[in-house]
Amino acid sequence: MSTNSALHTPHSALSFTFSLNGRQVSVEVDPADRLLDTLRYRLGLTGTKEGCGEGECGACTVYLDGLPVNSCLIPTYQVRDRRVETIESLDPGALEPFERCGATQCGACTPGVVMTAWWIHEHSEFLQTHTIRELMAGNLCRCTGYDGIVDAVADSLGSKAGGTGKGKGET
Amino acid sequence: MRRREALAKLTGREQYVDDLPLDGFLWGMTVRSPAPRGRVTTVRFAKDVDWSQFVIVDHRDIPGANVVALIEEDQPVLAAGYVRHVHEPVLLVAHPSREAVRRAVRAIDIVVAPEPPALDFRLAPTPEQIQYGPDNVLKQLKIEKGEVERALAHAPVVVSGTYETGAQEHVYLETQGMIAHLDGDVLVVKGSMQCPYYVVKALQHALARDEAHVRVIQTPTGGGFGGKEEFPSHIALHAALLALKSGRAVKLIYDRGEDMAATTKRHPALVRHRTGLARDGRLLAQDIEVLIDGGAYVTLSPVVLSRAIIHAAGPYACDHVRIRGRAMFTNAVPFGAFRGFGAPQTQFAGERHMDVIARTLAVDPVELRRVNLLRDGQTTATGQVIRDGTDRLAVMERALALSRYHEKRDEHAAFNATHDVRRRGMGLAMFYHGAGFTGGGEVALKSRVRVAGRADGGVEVLSANIEMGQGTLTVFTELAAARLGLDPDDVTIAQADTSRVPNSGPTVASRTTMIVGGLVERAADDLRRRVGLDSTARGATVKQAIARWHREHPGKELFGEASYEKPPGIEWDDQSYRGDAYGAFAWATYVAEVEVDLRTCATRVIDFTAVQEVGKVLNPTLARGQVQGGVVQGIGWALMEECKWREGAMANNQLTNYLIPTSDDVPSIRVDFLENPYPHGAGGAKGLGELPIDGPAPAIVNGVAAATGADPRVIPLTAERLMELMESAEFGMRSAE
Repeated sequence: MSTNSALHTPHSALSFTFSLNGRQVSVEVDPADRLLDTLRYRLGLTGTKEGCGEGECGACTVYLDGLPVNSCLIPTYQVRDRRVETIESLDPGALEPFERCGATQCGACTPGVVMTAWWIHEHSEFLQTHTIRELMAGNLCRCTGYDGIVDAVADSLGSKAGGTGKGKGET
Repeated sequence: MRRREALAKLTGREQYVDDLPLDGFLWGMTVRSPAPRGRVTTVRFAKDVDWSQFVIVDHRDIPGANVVALIEEDQPVLAAGYVRHVHEPVLLVAHPSREAVRRAVRAIDIVVAPEPPALDFRLAPTPEQIQYGPDNVLKQLKIEKGEVERALAHAPVVVSGTYETGAQEHVYLETQGMIAHLDGDVLVVKGSMQCPYYVVKALQHALARDEAHVRVIQTPTGGGFGGKEEFPSHIALHAALLALKSGRAVKLIYDRGEDMAATTKRHPALVRHRTGLARDGRLLAQDIEVLIDGGAYVTLSPVVLSRAIIHAAGPYACDHVRIRGRAMFTNAVPFGAFRGFGAPQTQFAGERHMDVIARTLAVDPVELRRVNLLRDGQTTATGQVIRDGTDRLAVMERALALSRYHEKRDEHAAFNATHDVRRRGMGLAMFYHGAGFTGGGEVALKSRVRVAGRADGGVEVLSANIEMGQGTLTVFTELAAARLGLDPDDVTIAQADTSRVPNSGPTVASRTTMIVGGLVERAADDLRRRVGLDSTARGATVKQAIARWHREHPGKELFGEASYEKPPGIEWDDQSYRGDAYGAFAWATYVAEVEVDLRTCATRVIDFTAVQEVGKVLNPTLARGQVQGGVVQGIGWALMEECKWREGAMANNQLTNYLIPTSDDVPSIRVDFLENPYPHGAGGAKGLGELPIDGPAPAIVNGVAAATGADPRVIPLTAERLMELMESAEFGMRSAE
């Protein structure tokens, strides 16, 4: 190990830009730095959480060019000139069903859960071939037992479709 | 009322410890023992690192006693030349760069001269493995009622069985972490925790500081389940030692691998039953032995053992009961508090054993439970007379009806006869959970709560009980608002900051709503008295009186206060282990419908019903969420969550191969409550948080037994374990045909 590696400044920093929540940002980072860390520690967007650091729990879910990804598995350089959206970009007004159905308890998995759930909401055609439970299976939650989350997704889809969409959270 | 902080959590605005803005700080990390037992002979620092850049702390930097104060004072903050388990903390390192500190930890070599470790709590230790007392027994407890040997000798039938449960990792989604810094001469530690005053006590003791020079602040806590009861004291001490030595703020956040490897887990247990029965299945004698793995230090194991044995006989009436419990020292990473706290282990054994008895006597498992279920006026194993008026049979009947238990059993007979490779079965478990600290524990805690009147007429609840997802902020708001007739928006809940909030005890043992919530109500009453109102005053009258008081006493503080008072008629003798173990029990029956694939031996829970009586349900959405979450955590413990051990270390300390249930692994959990308000609980509530982890494992494994004819006695009942069992018993496709 060289003594240089112990210094704070990355020894192979690269500058590049990407689109973050609709705005162009420039960063100077070690290209291997995880997108999760760049978002949280460089850009101050701490809404994206770390749960496992190995792509199992989904707590760090963000959209990369519109697709949900685990930001703990994305080297920051991979987002160069691409489009990243985080939990901070979502409209809080859309989250009412999640509040009502008990979709959040401790909240540590919640931003990731909401990102995946909202993606399902925006791509409801996937529900012709998959269940909500299958589509949510990449987001681990240890508190709710998932019913509150599944109900909230179903509820938000129901209101989108103009149906009743009454979640079990209201029974 | 909806969860108060829901929107902050849903939008990612809630700030957990690693989200807090912090400038000019150091990242701290822990250097740990590579071996389960032995003398530390050398600590080697790699030569090609400039160590002058790092802050390094060892046991000699500890200003007070090198002890993490808990029940016993046996566990060091940092090992002083001798280690008793793998991952025992030896050194601390800090640096401004997280990457640098990670590399530094890898560049330090702790060399241990190995000594023979005790790694299997089920085996009597060899002389060279003895490290605690004469026999490695950390704690021994006994409950005795009647004359069990005589009753067993006279019983027409005796059924014996041995049952085992494995360790379980909490997997709170937010890993553990702390920040420490000095504010003048006050040490400030903030982070993820359940018990701020436990942390205060540990910091005072090891850092030789008085209470005025230690301040602990709980940050929003991303799940706990008991894992953040006693362990946060260690991280707080480590961060504090680095902060004191460096004079800088220090942040110490575990990554998932470190968190899973080095923090506590549910105690593994082995339970033996010897049960005397009448031919119709009435219980005549229960002789139960409980053995739990405590790990390398005492920590909370004596208390876990206590709750384990008190719950071991189940919610049944039996005149002759003997329960002997031992917590064993081993060189495992110490086991600790986990939702249920010993009761899930013994109730798995007890409820699985009930089905083994039913099969042996060829009686129906439902009827076996029905004839033995405690009725009002009968006594538990400790001699506690149950007289709460709860219709426990109705709880069971509701669960049977909602799950369509009897109809499904008939349907399964047809299903199993027509399917080659799939088998379905129903399993049930009937159980109970005592709320609050055991015996005289609540009296000893002397919990205090304040409700302050604000200048604008609103109120602020001050307690040390924290929100970790279970709903404290919401329920305390509802209780205070309801008591004073205020709008919930007029109530705020103070952050659990020990410089401001009184010690209302730990956020554990299903006590927060039932016991501390009751103190919130009484402190609100006291506040109303102090502004000259009687107990009928509500709403605007109260607000105006509080605001007026402030106008008349400018700059002064206004608060009402309440301290714990034991409900009348509760007596407990800690010497004989007899009496009223808990102020109240919650009662439940859970039913699992399972499907086993005979090719893979994988078990899937396809339907689950959870019916319980928990006193008055204060917030239906939160209560249902607690039950559903507890059930799913229980499904994980029953079927898939297996800690693999290698020389005392967890080998699968990552979520890639320690599997917890996903949304696609579990069915929707059907939840129902019967309500019998408990007069001494807040708003009539009894404890709820832990109850739901007690029932799923026995219900599921009983279901697997019903589906396959196998006789599983060990959890987690992974596919591998069930396959081995079915093959060894010459079960499988052929014999099931």
